[in-house]
Amino acid sequence: MANSPILIREQRFHQIKAVLARLRLDASARLVVLVDKDGQQIAVHGELGDLDTTSLASLAAGNVAATGGMAKLIGEREFPTLSHEGERESIHISVIGRVLLVVVFDDRSSLGLVKLRSKQISQELAMAFAEIERESELAAADNSLPFSEITDEEIDSLFSNR
Amino acid sequence: MTFINYASREINCKIVYYGPGLCGKTTNLQHIYDSTAAQARGKLISLATETDRTLFFDFMPLELGTVRGFKTRFHLYTVPGQVFYEASRKLILKGVDGVVFVADSQEERMDANIESLYNLEENLRAYGYELMKLPYVLQLNKRDLPNVIPAPDLTAELQRKGEPVIEAVASTGVGVYDTLKAVAKQVLTELRRS
Repeated sequence: MANSPILIREQRFHQIKAVLARLRLDASARLVVLVDKDGQQIAVHGELGDLDTTSLASLAAGNVAATGGMAKLIGEREFPTLSHEGERESIHISVIGRVLLVVVFDDRSSLGLVKLRSKQISQELAMAFAEIERESELAAADNSLPFSEITDEEIDSLFSNR
Repeated sequence: MTFINYASREINCKIVYYGPGLCGKTTNLQHIYDSTAAQARGKLISLATETDRTLFFDFMPLELGTVRGFKTRFHLYTVPGQVFYEASRKLILKGVDGVVFVADSQEERMDANIESLYNLEENLRAYGYELMKLPYVLQLNKRDLPNVIPAPDLTAELQRKGEPVIEAVASTGVGVYDTLKAVAKQVLTELRRS
């Protein structure tokens, strides 16, 4: 395996969701998504509507990866924030360690407010994710991952009707 | 990087389809998309040029079913095959849990296969991954074309570590699911070991 799995326990998940809910309120945002740099959505809070947040997460990670590549070409380590302003909807992305905080907002808010509020909670999210990483390493070390006892039959059953 | 979420009871893994330009990586994803029920898959996102060549990546989430109360979801990505997209190709490999190498079976693409496979190993190493330790499948695609190299010869040239070798015609779907199954099984088996 390339890396140990990241394990998000319920308590930690709800802690992160509460932080996202607070940010959404404080920033008057439509939607807040926490995404891993590899493109996996970790948590989301806000007006989902029919928005495909899985694709949004993947594209946000691709966006950050591409601009990070450009940053390195010009001698920067990375660009810590990215903003895309549309006619009605806009997106602000903050890079917080190995996670990305994606805020979708409209004219009920402003880029300045979203930037300020995102920055204010970034430390809290960084600490929560550091705890997640620590818990994941512990779970891997003491073999308590939910799939450590998975059987070949269970794996095969996933493909039985394909 | 596999994500296991206890709150949403989900496990998410990342699989990347790699290979030379025009070998059929996007065609693999397109077939999976077309032949999977809408509730089991998300949108197929293609970041492509105006001539439908992959510019950055294709992406599609696919749900396979439930194991031990956890929904298993695979995030399928392709890389751009053309040589000059090296920088973006490398980015897609970050956090990968399993790789499918799609080889073009045509005689004239042999050098491109070898170059791409070498490039894969090099790019994995840049992230600290070793192909030899990663869930991995070799797909021999375009087996329906007239000028293909015999499968045993291709295998002898491209197989790296006794990985499963699947003959395929991605345009008609032959071997596409077998390839996905082979790599997904390895990813889940690795989870048991980790």
